[in-house]
Amino acid sequence: MFSFDTIIQQFPVVFEALNVGFIQTLKLFFVTILGALPLGLIISFGSMSKFKPLSGLIKIIVWIVRGSPLMIQLLIIYFFPGLVLGTNIWGNGESGRFFAAAVAFIINYSCYFSEIYRGGIQGVPHGQQEAGQVLGLSKSQIFFKVTLLQMVKRIVPPMSNEIITLVKDTSLARIIALQEVIWAGQAFMKGSQGISGQIWPLFFTAIYYLVFNGILTLLFNALEKKLSYFKA
Amino acid sequence: MAVLEVKSLKKSFGKTQVLKGIDFSLEKGEVLAIIGSSGSGKTTLLRCLNSLEFADNGTITVNGDVIFDAEQKQKFSESELRQKRLHFGLVFQQFNLFPQYTVLQNVTLAPTLLKKGTPEEIKANAVKLIESVGLSEKIDFYPCQLSGGQQQRVAIARALALQPDVLCFDEPTSALDPELTGEVLKVIRSLKDGNSTMIVVTHEIDFAHDVADKILFMADGVIEEFGTPEEVIENPKSERTKAFLSRVN
Repeated sequence: MFSFDTIIQQFPVVFEALNVGFIQTLKLFFVTILGALPLGLIISFGSMSKFKPLSGLIKIIVWIVRGSPLMIQLLIIYFFPGLVLGTNIWGNGESGRFFAAAVAFIINYSCYFSEIYRGGIQGVPHGQQEAGQVLGLSKSQIFFKVTLLQMVKRIVPPMSNEIITLVKDTSLARIIALQEVIWAGQAFMKGSQGISGQIWPLFFTAIYYLVFNGILTLLFNALEKKLSYFKA
Repeated sequence: MAVLEVKSLKKSFGKTQVLKGIDFSLEKGEVLAIIGSSGSGKTTLLRCLNSLEFADNGTITVNGDVIFDAEQKQKFSESELRQKRLHFGLVFQQFNLFPQYTVLQNVTLAPTLLKKGTPEEIKANAVKLIESVGLSEKIDFYPCQLSGGQQQRVAIARALALQPDVLCFDEPTSALDPELTGEVLKVIRSLKDGNSTMIVVTHEIDFAHDVADKILFMADGVIEEFGTPEEVIENPKSERTKAFLSRVN
């Protein structure tokens, strides 16, 4: 039976458990961002390479990673080494699951990010690069001093979209039993700490995502505003 | 001795030959105007001089230094190429200012990165150049806050900051409203008095007549006529030149 009294009574225990789960969610989120932002840039350079075998290979990898479900990728990355190769390279327990999840998320998101970067870089008018060239600047000077900030300005809206999706996608790690916030909420259905058969903790996890994405949205708006002093 | 010597320059894009053998030279302080219809190869010639394109054949020599030789293309390393590029400055049709930098930063960026002096010297020189194009009041503005004519004047100051031997203009007023072309042409005219060597690709025949020492009329990738404004514009010999001039006037 649903009653507010029960919820109020159970809230302290549930809240604490969900907080622990959400810390794991945040860890996965930040590790993915830290890994996928730079890796995505490297992949985007690969996909724009004039060396056809490299750009072709990168395009196939990006197709596979973007074209198949992240959930399947998580399962393959976590179970494949142990089941097929006979060695669990990830280690045991929660830390092993986290490691595998982080690798899967970084690979998946760096492929998405790489396409956003590519759009951003190719969207900067070619004349900018030529202006740098005739001024005698080197390729890296042109990238860092001319192109980069114009690219950043262009990619803030699509990036914020993708990063907000990432926040919610971390819940997919539940499939390999990573103890993130959804897992923590579900535990109260099966029974945990004397509470069982309760679905409200699972519903309540949505609040965590909402609040966190609200903060991210504000940050991205602020960044967009900060970059509005020039038109690119 | 000539500042610039161009010998038998040829360039094709795929099967289309855009430059079919261009030869000319330019003395120090001379202004050369290149005129001709669209597609005649004017811009490609300018881009070859600035190493934005590489010719298939021919040589380009500046002050006796061979900066391009089609036969030895592989010999120049990336950094050598950058050095050789600095003989030329280029002002683009679309200005191509760096939008995230102020007027001052646009002018100081390249000299700073190329370490062409102390920060104080570079800034002082930039301030002077910005003053000379009449934009002292806009020195801290961003390009998006300027009119097209003002942006093009900043682009001229930016190119001058590296003191190129030859300053090139690729249709500098084509992207401007008619009422804004005057201010840009005035700046170019003032540079002539400052004894700069310049090449201007232009559709402004009157301006070419007034400012240029030499006129080069291009048609179909060849030099149809080359000479003083009196020779080429007032008394054209070639039928093609006559036809072109009667069309634009």
